[in-house]
Amino acid sequence: MPRQDPKTRSNNFNEVALGYSDEQAQAEASRCIQCPKRSCVDGCPVWVDIPGFIKAICDGDMPDAVRILKDKNSLPGICGRVCPQETQCEATCSLAKKGAPMAIGRLERYVADWERAHMQSLNPPIVQPKPNGKQVAVVGSGPAGLTVAADLAKLGYSVTIFEALHVAGGVLMYGIPEFRLPKNIVQAEVEYVTSLGVKLELDSLIGKLFTIDELLNNGYQAVFLGTGAGLPMFMNIPGENLNGIYSANEFLTRVNLMKAYKFPEYDTPVKVGKRVAVIGGGNVAMDSARCALRLGAEEVYIVYRRSEVEMPARREEVENAKAEGIEFKLLTNPKQFLGDEQNWVLGMECYEMELGEPDDSGRRRPIAKPGSEFIIDVDVVIVALGTTPNPVIAQTAEGLEIGKRGVVVADEVTGETKKPCVWAGGDIATGSATVISAMGAAKRAAVSIDEYFKG
Amino acid sequence: MYKILLKQDLVPNIHLFKVAAPNVAKKAQPGQFVVIRIDEKGERIPLTIADWDEEEGSVTIVFMEVGTTTHRLALLEDGDFIANLVGPLGLPTHIDKFGTVVCVAGGFAVATIMPIARAMKKEGNRVISIMGARNRSLIFWEEELHRVSDQLIVTTDDGSYARKGMVTEPLKELLETGERVDRVIAIGPSIMMKFCAKTTQPFGVKTIVSLNPIMVDGTGMCGCCRVSVGDETKFTCVDGPDFDGHQVDWDLLFARQRIYIDEEKRSFEQWQSQHGILS
Repeated sequence: MPRQDPKTRSNNFNEVALGYSDEQAQAEASRCIQCPKRSCVDGCPVWVDIPGFIKAICDGDMPDAVRILKDKNSLPGICGRVCPQETQCEATCSLAKKGAPMAIGRLERYVADWERAHMQSLNPPIVQPKPNGKQVAVVGSGPAGLTVAADLAKLGYSVTIFEALHVAGGVLMYGIPEFRLPKNIVQAEVEYVTSLGVKLELDSLIGKLFTIDELLNNGYQAVFLGTGAGLPMFMNIPGENLNGIYSANEFLTRVNLMKAYKFPEYDTPVKVGKRVAVIGGGNVAMDSARCALRLGAEEVYIVYRRSEVEMPARREEVENAKAEGIEFKLLTNPKQFLGDEQNWVLGMECYEMELGEPDDSGRRRPIAKPGSEFIIDVDVVIVALGTTPNPVIAQTAEGLEIGKRGVVVADEVTGETKKPCVWAGGDIATGSATVISAMGAAKRAAVSIDEYFKG
Repeated sequence: MYKILLKQDLVPNIHLFKVAAPNVAKKAQPGQFVVIRIDEKGERIPLTIADWDEEEGSVTIVFMEVGTTTHRLALLEDGDFIANLVGPLGLPTHIDKFGTVVCVAGGFAVATIMPIARAMKKEGNRVISIMGARNRSLIFWEEELHRVSDQLIVTTDDGSYARKGMVTEPLKELLETGERVDRVIAIGPSIMMKFCAKTTQPFGVKTIVSLNPIMVDGTGMCGCCRVSVGDETKFTCVDGPDFDGHQVDWDLLFARQRIYIDEEKRSFEQWQSQHGILS
């Protein structure tokens, strides 16, 4: 798939990947052998009929490709861009054994983009199902919330989504940058969900504006919690509150949601700095580093305590970051931050690390080499070490069971929580994971909610 | 969109808006705040809820013209709309029957302290309020605060009205006279809150302050508003905004409030030039 040249793209926020041309899509689609095993579908958390939509592309029936894709996935433009297909459908593709699996993600994206460009004029009638009179409240409008809402709306439920921020989309809006997931695509897919009859209440922080019990006592017969994992983790090492040290959530929220990259046209500022260190090795760390570079930082480092093999980020994102000039400081872990008299960060004292025996995560445990401390000069630090669920919901809902690291305990298959009539799915139940795993959990919860009402 | 039902200029550069937000009005409690955004290009800023009216479905916010956002806000009139208002946020002020409560307000925080003084009074406390302003022209709600207090002391920095001096002076005198004071609530500019806490510390009187660091989302998501209280990092938006003033790391708060001082200046200068205002 063509991409913007690394030199050019490191100076703009436009999308990096440019998408397939019609010819490229046809050529790729025609590689699918339509094997009877359909093993790609097993790899898809939301059960998309992958061979079906690929065949429709081959047949030149794009409206049918759209229909097949959206039958299971309400957010294909998003998933086509941010799903880790290489560990899901593409990993189970029959052609994977020969080393060249179908580029399912790219084809998904192609179909979604085709729809946005063409379907408006075809004006497809959205068939509204017969309302079944049941009301469901969905808390949070990220990938999980949008998915459960769309699935239930298609079944005739009256669904209202409550979102704390001023736009819908959750992490798709505040977290993932424009150059990886354009915001007009997120909003187009949100509009699709509302076109199914889903109501959207913005500026509504559940737990404060209404409690879950108030929702249940005021006409909603079921509540789905999809509030994600929004609470940033810090390291609790000296100097962490110095000026210039951001959580990735704050840095990305300023840049993506508040459009600080357009300051002062937009009112929200962000400190960019000349030398930026991003601590962490996940996708959020890559996103933060690449944003900092685009905002004009001269040097951007990824500081990660393990080696590249253990990095949780997608391969593609690591490669993109490297191509753009991000420097990787591996086997490196901060000990403390050093600041000036005005409380601004100037440096980061780090340990060199080595890898020991595997730990609980199955990855080799990083161990600090004694006496290996050295200093990296920095003026901005972004801490991207993961997030835990926001406690506001749990604090205000009696009967919810809270597990390790603040997650809401929910059945892995059905999403049922310990509180009657309340389901949960996505990062709130698992801790930080992926967009698609949240959507998968939401899909299973929608089935469970529907079964609950049908008795 | 949230309609401004009423705009009042309390003093030339301090304004009051009553904003239609019926659900927020039902839930608001003393000490809580809202986050607002004027329009698509606006930033999100926290403003304390000064009052609310469940019947009318309104919340009242009071703000002073300081930077770009508050100047832009001041240009809005009755019937105009602000794009977003989310709340009520933060934990409410702990209201209880303590005995004698001293409420200290600096500058336009007299609006913030009103619902707290009122609730403390209603709970059966003896309420002594102290309000201070730089000069006479910045005094407002003297009568209103008096009404919910057993005693009111007014100060101006320059002595142009009432007692000359800072709010900490009458506060110290109260404590020195040996009068039993069970709790102090101090709200205003950070420096004033710091000195109120310093004043009460030798007397061992619990002093609650309402911190005002920079915020973005206001819902616990970003950590921008982190402060250090008793050597522990806290998020003001969800763990506060009220904290024990004797435990706050004030220098850290001051430093973090200045993070964007250059950007704020740049933004405001641009705004002024766009509006034909010479700085």
